[in-house]
Order: sequence, then structure tokens, then C-alpha cells
Amino acid sequence: MPTDGVNKRRRRFLVATTSVVGAVGAGFAAVPFIKSWKPSAKARAVGAPVQVVLDGLEPGQLLKVQWRGQTIGVLRRSQETVGLLPEVDQYLRDPQSQESDQPKFAQNEARALREEFLVVNMHCTHLGCVPQLIPQVGQQPFDDNWNGGFFCPCHKSKFDMAGRVYKGVPAPTNLRIPPYSFIDDSTLVIGVNPEGAV
Amino acid sequence: MAKPASSLTKRADSLMNWVDARLPVSAFWKATMTGYYAPKNFNFWYYMGVLSLVVLAMQILSGIFLTMHYKPSADEAFASVEYIMRDVEWGWLIRYMHSTGASFFFVVVYLHMFRSLLYGSHRAPRELVWVFGMLIYLALMAEAFMGYVLPWGQMSYWGAQVIINLFGAIPTIGEPLTEWIRGDYFISDATLNRFFALHVIALPLAIFGLVLLHLVALRENGSNNPDGLEIKANKDESGVPVDGIPFHPYYTIKDLFGISMFLLIFAFVIFFWPEAGGLFLEHDNFVPANPLVTPEHIKPVWYFTPYYAILKAVPDKLMGVILMGLSVAVLFFMPWLDRSPVKSIRYKGMWYKILLGLFVIAFIRLGMLGMAEGTPAQTIEMRVWTFVYFAFFVLLFFLSPGAKTKPLPERLTH
Repeated sequence: MPTDGVNKRRRRFLVATTSVVGAVGAGFAAVPFIKSWKPSAKARAVGAPVQVVLDGLEPGQLLKVQWRGQTIGVLRRSQETVGLLPEVDQYLRDPQSQESDQPKFAQNEARALREEFLVVNMHCTHLGCVPQLIPQVGQQPFDDNWNGGFFCPCHKSKFDMAGRVYKGVPAPTNLRIPPYSFIDDSTLVIGVNPEGAV
Repeated sequence: MAKPASSLTKRADSLMNWVDARLPVSAFWKATMTGYYAPKNFNFWYYMGVLSLVVLAMQILSGIFLTMHYKPSADEAFASVEYIMRDVEWGWLIRYMHSTGASFFFVVVYLHMFRSLLYGSHRAPRELVWVFGMLIYLALMAEAFMGYVLPWGQMSYWGAQVIINLFGAIPTIGEPLTEWIRGDYFISDATLNRFFALHVIALPLAIFGLVLLHLVALRENGSNNPDGLEIKANKDESGVPVDGIPFHPYYTIKDLFGISMFLLIFAFVIFFWPEAGGLFLEHDNFVPANPLVTPEHIKPVWYFTPYYAILKAVPDKLMGVILMGLSVAVLFFMPWLDRSPVKSIRYKGMWYKILLGLFVIAFIRLGMLGMAEGTPAQTIEMRVWTFVYFAFFVLLFFLSPGAKTKPLPERLTH
């Protein structure tokens, strides 16, 4: 490039500004390509939050709904059931849910936003089967001293009435709790945390 | 006595002249082959570079033919791979060439990289050859990972789940980032489709370009050799390195022999041991992907397991991911970590032999432990070897400048 009789400052300025404008343009041009990788409108629609009306759900009843390809259970627990939860702590692998997957608000004894309702991802943390709810307290074929809870028919994992895993079963962690919140006293929305959408 | 040129050779010559006046074919051939002098003492290890090129060519060829029958959709992918294996004529051969080829690619690339550690091929003035090589290695890992997802078996699915969730360990942006990579809230059709695009076009193009840069940078200074001496430092009066021989025909013939032997072994594995007992194609991958059922024991294919072991050795998720990333990243700095005045292991002394030996044992043991179930004793062993793995680089940096070396010979030894 000839440099004789050239205003170098102006050349530098022109090169720099052209480069900056070009780079900004390239940056904007990249946006559509990057954004095209986000979940599409179709995927978002299928993965949208699910509303559950809780009217008519009696204590001890379990309601199953689908959310993002997973089975989510909503269990209404009586005061008595909730009161019994601490009694099984010593038999549990992770009673305080320290190694388990749940939103912050559910990291408590009842693993719930409101103790009355357990909202839980029903897929066993072992191999993804769906455990059955067996709420009766007392002797069961698989446990002589059953306190009520979930029993996985596939590989005999046991969980208590808060989805907490027992010791000595294949499942490594407690059942997962999905993000959820309450719109009002009788409407639950799965997929939205109390502080906002996920 | 020279024979008189026939009219046919004369016509061929004039055609070549016509081409050369328009495209420098002869000049290029001379510069990179007949007039390119390579050290005369290349040994077994110097096969690995050309073998990597051969495998790359085979992967591209077999890959093109696989795309003609494969369907990149979550509903059809698994069945279309089985269709290739059972119904497409010779489809099994093309598919096994590709899947076995992936494992062989890593075999020759790992040996190729080990050669550098032996003879200091990454040292000045060949740092960029090494850096481009490392970039090829990274692209190859991405290529292999995405390729493994395409058959949409259980291990494809859950391997992708584990690998993509690694990005979730990054604070704040982790979760949105994994969602962006997946294109959905779980591994789905969208994920498979984009991995297909990256696997068949984006990454192969990148690898091809990087290989070109790797070779151009190599030809600039010429190959290193087992003695680690620069042959260009000792030239005769006509400017030819006294310890150099023309690449063609000497090394083209040597490479052809190596390629034949390699293809013999490769064909044997394809015909008699294509899955390598679950090492090249894992058993769980013969079960269609099921998002609701996790396989009992998730592990990556063998060539990733050393890094996977480092990930598993760390009890904290984020720290594990960082350490795993570091274990690959540190290799980029090899040219500057080794500060020894000599390049080759032959003149470095016992300390380097011990250090490199331990490093190799650590890498292999980590690879084996990465595949294992993970008992508490194995976790402790993984931590020990992870420590050894990183200690190699630290000790190399501090020991190499001061360590006693053997005197270098005047000429290449062979």
C-alpha cells in the first residue's frame, strides 16, 4: 500500500470505523442464525406451563398430568400424613433433599410449597419407571412396616409421602420436584416458579 | 542411454506445459513432494499422520453414502440405521466402516499426538502445527460425539443428555445455554436434526480447513524427526539438507506400505469385531432411544473416557466440568510447557522417560476407570491419576529447563 503523501490519521480512522461498522453488521447478521437454535414456537407450545384445577381433589387423592413429556403427580396430603413425615427420616437416604433435584422452595421436610400439596415428577430417579402411590400405613408385600408412599414396580425403589427415597433401594435420589406455583387457592401451574417462568 | 521420446510422451509433456502455464501443478508437486526433503530417519511413529488422512478420507466417503439412506428424525433415525444394516446392499459394510473408522481415527490421532510428546515435534518452530492439530482434535471430538447421537439409540440419547447437561454447570447462563443447544426442553427431534447438520457439513468443513492449515504449517518448516535435530541446519553446496531425502518417492512408498498394513488390520476389525465387544458400539445403543428410561450405566465411547473419569473424580459438578475442560486445554500449551534445550526423548534423560511413562499410564488408567461403574475405591484411584495427569504438565514446566541432557549428535542417527 503506498504511503507517500497520505493522510495517515485519516486512513487509520477510515479503516477503524469501517471495521467497527462491519463487525457490528456481522454481529446483527448473526442474530437470526443464533436465535434459530432456540426452542421453536411448536416446542414452546408443547412445553408451555400446565394449569391444574385443584377443586375436588380429596386428601389422599393423586392427580396425574403431562408436562414436557413427563408425568407429573399432584397429591393432596392430610395434616396427619404431613405430620408423619419426620418419623421416617432415619430410614431415608437424603431426608433433607440436599442431593436431590428440586426448586429451592421445595427443599424442606414436606418437599412442597404448601405442605398440603405434593407436586412431583413421577419418574423414578433410577430408570424412569413410574412408581405407584400406596398410601396405606401398615404391612405390605414389599415392606412389613410401610409408612405410606411410592413404590416402584420395576426395581423396587421406595419413596415416602414426600417422594424421598429410602435407603437400600436402587434409586439414587429423591423424586424430582418440577417448578410450580399457585395462581390462587385452587389453581396450580406447573412450569412456573413463584418468582416467574422458567 | 536415454531412449528417444515417443510422440506420446511428447504430447503428454506439451499438455503438462499447457496446464502448468495456467495452474502450477508441476511446481506444487515439486515443492511438496519431489523437491521437499524430509529427515531420513523416520520410524514407525511417522505413519500416524498419513493414516489420519486416510481415515479422514474413508470417513468422508462412507459418511456421504450413509446420508443417502439415513433419516435425521427422532421417529425414523433408529429404524433407518437398522435399514442400512439389514436391507441396503453392502450397507452393513459402509456403516461399520464409518463407526469403526471413528474409533480408528482416535487410535491413530492419539498415537500421532504421542509421537509429538516423544520427539518434541510441537516445539519451536512448529508450535502452530501443534495448535492446529489440537484444534483438529477438538473438532474431531465434537464430530464424534454428534455422530454417536445420530443412530438415536439409548446411549446416543442419554450420552447426549449427560454431555449437554455439562454446560448446565456454568453459573447463570448454564440452563438457557443447554436449552439453546437442545432447541427444546429435553433432547428431542430438534436436537437430532441440528446435530445431523453439524455432523455432516459444518464440522467436516472445519476439519478439512484445519487439516489444510496443519499441513501448510508443517511444510513450512518440514517434519521434525526422532533425533529432534533440524535437518535444514546442515546443507550441502546445492542447498539440499545432507540428512534429507525427497518425500517422493522415498516416503510415499514407505507410507503406502504403512497404509496397506493399516487397512489389513482395519478390514479385519470391520469383518470380525466391528463392535469391539461394546467398546466401539455400546450394547445399549442397539435399543431405541427412550426419554423415559435411563440405561443403568451411562458412559461415553472409549476415546472420551479419560476426560470423563476426570469429570467423575471431582465431587463438585462445576469444578468437575472446569477440570475436564482444563485437561484438554492444557495440551494446547505443550509447546511452551516443555522448556528443555533438546526436543527428543532420546537426549532428555531418565526424568522425562519416567514423567511421560506416568502420564501414559494415567491416561490409560483414567480411560479404563471412566468406563467403570464407579465404586468408591475407583473414585479414589481416579483422583490419584487425575493428579498424576496434571502433575505431568507442572513438573515438565519446572524440570525441563534445568535437567541434564545428553549431547546431541552432529548428524541424524539411524
